[in-house]
Amino acid sequence: MYRRVSILLRKHFVSVLILCASIVIPFSAVKAADPAKGKQIFQQNCASCHNVHKKLTGPALAGVEGRWADKKLLHQWIHNSASVLASGDKYANDLFNEYNKTAMTAFPSLTNEDIDDILAFIKVEEAKPVGGTPKEGPATAGAKEQGSDNSLLFGIITLILAVVALILMQINSNLNKLAGDKEGHPTPEPIPFYKNKAYIALGILVLFMVGGYFTIQGAIGLGRQKDYMPEQPIFYSHKVHAGINQINCLYCHAGAEKSKHAMIPSENICMNCHKAIKEYSGPELFTAEGKKVDGTAEIAKLYDYVGWDAEKGKYTKPGRPIEWTKIHNLPDHVYFNHSQHVVAGKQQCQTCHGAITEMDEVHQFADLSMGWCINCHRTTKVQFADNNYYSIFEKLHQDIKDKKIDSVTVEMVGGTECQKCHY
Amino acid sequence: MEQKKYWKGLEELHNTEAHQEIVKNEFSEELPFESEGLLNATTPRRDFLKYLGFTTAAATIAASCETPVHKAIPYVNKPEEITPGVANYYASSYTIDGEYVPVVVKTREGRPIKIEGNTLSSITGGSTSAKVQGTVLSLYDVARLRFPTIGGTETTWAELDKQVSAALAGLGGAPVVLLSTSILSPSTKKVIDAFLAKYPNSRHVVHDPVSYSGMLLANEASYGKRTIPSYHFENAKAIVSLGADFIGTWLNPVEYARQFAQTRKVSAKQLEMSKLFAFESNMSLTGANADERYTHRPSEAGAVALALLAAVGGSVTAPKLDAKVEEGIKKAAAELKKFAGKALVVSGSNDVNTQLIVNAINNIVGANGTTIDWANPSGYRQGIDSDMTKLVDDMNAGSIGAVLVYGANPAYDYFDAAKFSEGLKKVKLSLSFNDRLDETTELCKFAAPDHHFLENWNDAQGKPGYYSFAQPTISPLFKTRAAQDSLLAWTGNTTAWADYLKAEWVAKLGSQEAWDKALQDGVVEPTTAPALGGASFSGDIAGAAAKISGAKKGGKYEVVLYEKVAIGNGRQANNPWLQEMPDPITRATWDNYACISNTLAKTFSAQLGDDYEINVEKKELKIKTNGKEIVLPMLIVPGIHPETIAIAVGYGRGKNIGRAAAGIGQNAYPLVSFNGQTFDYFTADAAVEATGKMYPVALTQTHNSYEGRPIIKETTLAEFSHNPKEVNEDRRELDKFGKDFRSDATLYSSHPYPGIKWGMSIDLNTCFGCGACTIACQAENNVSVVGKEEVGKGHEMHWIRIDRYFSGDENNPEVVFQPMLCQHCDNAPCENVCPVGATNHSSEGINQMAYNRCIGTRYCANNCPYKVRRLNWRDWNGADSFENNLYDVADMNDNLTRMVLNPDVVVRSRGVMEKCSFCVQRLQEAKLDAKKAGHPLKDGAAKTACQQACGADAIVFGNVNDKNSEIYKIRNEEQTERMYYVLEETHVLPSINYLAKIRNKDAAPKKAEKESAHKEEAHHA
Repeated sequence: MYRRVSILLRKHFVSVLILCASIVIPFSAVKAADPAKGKQIFQQNCASCHNVHKKLTGPALAGVEGRWADKKLLHQWIHNSASVLASGDKYANDLFNEYNKTAMTAFPSLTNEDIDDILAFIKVEEAKPVGGTPKEGPATAGAKEQGSDNSLLFGIITLILAVVALILMQINSNLNKLAGDKEGHPTPEPIPFYKNKAYIALGILVLFMVGGYFTIQGAIGLGRQKDYMPEQPIFYSHKVHAGINQINCLYCHAGAEKSKHAMIPSENICMNCHKAIKEYSGPELFTAEGKKVDGTAEIAKLYDYVGWDAEKGKYTKPGRPIEWTKIHNLPDHVYFNHSQHVVAGKQQCQTCHGAITEMDEVHQFADLSMGWCINCHRTTKVQFADNNYYSIFEKLHQDIKDKKIDSVTVEMVGGTECQKCHY
Repeated sequence: MEQKKYWKGLEELHNTEAHQEIVKNEFSEELPFESEGLLNATTPRRDFLKYLGFTTAAATIAASCETPVHKAIPYVNKPEEITPGVANYYASSYTIDGEYVPVVVKTREGRPIKIEGNTLSSITGGSTSAKVQGTVLSLYDVARLRFPTIGGTETTWAELDKQVSAALAGLGGAPVVLLSTSILSPSTKKVIDAFLAKYPNSRHVVHDPVSYSGMLLANEASYGKRTIPSYHFENAKAIVSLGADFIGTWLNPVEYARQFAQTRKVSAKQLEMSKLFAFESNMSLTGANADERYTHRPSEAGAVALALLAAVGGSVTAPKLDAKVEEGIKKAAAELKKFAGKALVVSGSNDVNTQLIVNAINNIVGANGTTIDWANPSGYRQGIDSDMTKLVDDMNAGSIGAVLVYGANPAYDYFDAAKFSEGLKKVKLSLSFNDRLDETTELCKFAAPDHHFLENWNDAQGKPGYYSFAQPTISPLFKTRAAQDSLLAWTGNTTAWADYLKAEWVAKLGSQEAWDKALQDGVVEPTTAPALGGASFSGDIAGAAAKISGAKKGGKYEVVLYEKVAIGNGRQANNPWLQEMPDPITRATWDNYACISNTLAKTFSAQLGDDYEINVEKKELKIKTNGKEIVLPMLIVPGIHPETIAIAVGYGRGKNIGRAAAGIGQNAYPLVSFNGQTFDYFTADAAVEATGKMYPVALTQTHNSYEGRPIIKETTLAEFSHNPKEVNEDRRELDKFGKDFRSDATLYSSHPYPGIKWGMSIDLNTCFGCGACTIACQAENNVSVVGKEEVGKGHEMHWIRIDRYFSGDENNPEVVFQPMLCQHCDNAPCENVCPVGATNHSSEGINQMAYNRCIGTRYCANNCPYKVRRLNWRDWNGADSFENNLYDVADMNDNLTRMVLNPDVVVRSRGVMEKCSFCVQRLQEAKLDAKKAGHPLKDGAAKTACQQACGADAIVFGNVNDKNSEIYKIRNEEQTERMYYVLEETHVLPSINYLAKIRNKDAAPKKAEKESAHKEEAHHA
């Protein structure tokens, strides 16, 4: 079966092998359009409807630049597709009709540079084999994960240069030898470089350092599962519920305000609406693999779980719980409280869960690592002036008054201390 | 102030070589290598390579493993009141064996995880005891019966009902007996009465394992009421305890300890304090807390009471007693007379005559109506011993048709258990409601297991008008059924017990709303407390005195039986928490033993100076008395009468009782004797000999030594009122450093505490050493149980221990209890030495412990002056990554037992250091609640588990930055004279302060003081 578990660890360990072999030195590519940045933007904004190789809600994006007559028009299309359609562009209108007259979401916030970044990313992606999964295509995945897609190229160049340098050194030493012979003081037979202890030691050292670096990175990533997107027992689309139908997150995840757990809603919450909503009539749904999903059949699955007979309009069987696959898994030694972040911290769900209203199938947006938590605690401001709880922090209040600081971060009130989260 | 020397054990007092050796070693054992030694092993290198290869391979496999897939399974229909992650609290009642403790049960996701006292009860006021705290673990006891049985095979309730009904119908008029311990529930009694009324000649026999029959009969003879009055220790200025351990085990200790504590709160402004005299044979918790304590032989208990009666003006003559005791009686009598009307005498004797004399004394000193309330009797114990002996006789005569056992366990705790067991065989229908296959249930044909009290509905009467309720806090775990339901069914009443109880109370209270409120509050009490009532004494003093004077004199040695604070009468013996709780006096765990004085020990050549206290192996003694013999290890307890051997009951349980209790200690109940009227819990003539064998006893008293550094401050009330400043004379040294000396003499910058700074204050005067805090902490913080063997190695895990210090006369020492837990030092020595920064300081003054960083170097424990850090030497919780490392001696890791774990606190794995966290999970929760509500943290909103459990309110906790907090006031306003820090001279700046102990006794003679100071110098020279 198609494995969707993308665990960084494995990619890292594989990349150790590849990268150690090619002795790639990390580069920071300075370029007008940055595919790495493009990837990020793509994942945040486009990936819910588009795939590079596959048709999802929207068309596959490979070769998209070639399909559009004018790059400017493409920019405009992304900014506001309706305006392009209105202009009567043939390609655009054909596309619109092909996709059941489903308009593409407008992204007025994306700059032209952002779009170019995305296009650059698509171009890089195009070059890779289709259907590359972590298992089937570890090499590409590994290279990709390093976030520098020119690495391989640079690696090869480096290798060639290194070989050339070696050859030149060899020639140099040969010439030296010849010169020495000519002058009458013969030099001893030079040790070939592969037997030269200094070279070997240097080689081992480099291998050790590079290998060590990636081993440690891999070890740190153990158990982390960013982008984890398991298949769920029911194809439940957050995009349909929270996005299109604008249902408040807290309607279902009521615990987020009260408890450490946000709570996966119990089936009776689903039935509040689905007693009436028996059919799915929204936009077509597709799985991540591009398989079409019958929304009505998914609702029927819910009825089966909960024991509801839709025709008779009553419960006819005892309900069974739905065994969802948990996506966001924190280690046991971490205490995390949703209500702390939602009520006291006034954080939006999207801060940690990403553009959930755009996701048909939910994936883990953040890596949920300690560094990620800490970074946020360092930069996020608490409701210092508004929440009277903080009135006891007299010195900080004084500092604000004295204009020594302009705001108070979570860290300044003890938010990065061990026992904030570990006990 | 006295400069006394404190010692935890006699070894320390005499500073023997063995003791010096043990204090040198932080960890009291060798490194766990095989004895042959690693270096002498035959193939150390190859083994090393093997292990290296294995670990590398294991790490590789572990690293390449798939991340496990977790399921999140929501409710189908979420109950409205449950929010996962948020605790619900339900009121309930602990009424086992006649104790009355209204409680509040904390449940998470539908499972009870912690018990607190119910603050709405005016009787116990939110207090609990170790036993009460421990019952939440008993709920998940794997040894509980899981279904009804007939002849030992599983059956259904329908089948059981059919067979029992048939058997009851076929008795042919033979009497049915319901045999129980004391029951406080009026509704249950009503159900029982209705059941018994159906069968002619039936009766309800109450058998209390530790009987108060003598008291009940004496009260009947004195006042015409066969009942236990309500005691009001809080009204007493002079209290005399004649062997009544009212702080630890007597009747309802939770209530009395709380009352007594109210009379012990002293400050420079409030100098009134009660005076407690104790006359006893062994060292009880009450004796340890007494201002003046005297020891006598167990057989002299009556004579002591008589002498006291004579001394307060009764017209009796008492037999001659030891000169010291007589002097004590004189003093006590003087005090009782001085505080007539505010005086109270209580006795632990089960002898009718002794109790009658005690009633006479109380009558003379005006206790009736002031400290003893006869108008509102309590009914905490109801068993009459002769009823029980008669029942056993009748059973043996074959005249009893049916015995239904409800809570009682006479096959274990009746003095002639063999006769009871024999008699039970002659009974046509034998049935037990008990929760496990205990000694009696094993012998019964039918087992109809009752619910645990946390699964059941119930009510309880503390005293007239004072009721407490119990409601299910969890669905029944097993196929058990409330005993009341069973009885109702066999009475032919089809009402369910829950409905029956509700109907009773809706009728009594007037409405459904009132009943709902009663359940919510947990208690129903009169709006105004009823007036205390006296009674006119009309007992036959002369007759009782004659019988006491005529009693046989004791032999060479005497044996006295007592209850331990944690294990009590043994009913809850299969509770690993309670088994591992160090006894307050002996500091021993997991066993009972023969407590003897040092004088007596010398006759077994186990005197001071040998390695007695250091080695876990203790000499075994064979004690012969009353034609019975019992073999137990000896334990030297300073302060026990030299000719007395004290043995705790509650041990030596049957093999089916459960893994924790089975095979631990010896059963001492067979040593009880029947004097024709009541049971005697002592024997007057015993022979003792050493068997020559050794037996290990896991003591904690010599663990964690302070090497004689002064850590206790103590003075007498007289000296304190004369010069309150004397207690902290030595702290004046600090004055020369100015007001703020905190950053002096340290390389490290001091920590700012911008918001909250947590602090704790512990009053040594109201800490009685009962251990409720230890068990509360264990329940709250998932503290591991390690078992006897590991305790013997000093590996116990308790985050709060109660150090017991002796001082003064080695034959009758004074005792101080000092709860010791992490002091959360502002200048913490442990923090500096951690190589991985696993322990560090928070901005709220908490010394944090990040378990996942800890690599177990133990540097921190070595550097801790208070010895409060605990290393997980083994995998107690199955928290290791590798399987089969689990070390569990008490079924603490069964999936059922693990339901008791607090989900907000992690379990720690092997090789990790842990210690008190100030219940940080509670602090965070309280802070979050305040943040969500948008107001500053209120004082008292955050309570630690130990603080909440303490019935005497000895522990105060709060934010010292808040000038309106109680803790701030104690430190800066109310108790400046008594407030001190332990080992303050080390400048570690602890966050916990102690309040000096004040003893209400005559000032010590100056000479003795000098002598002891001299002695101390000699030890340190």
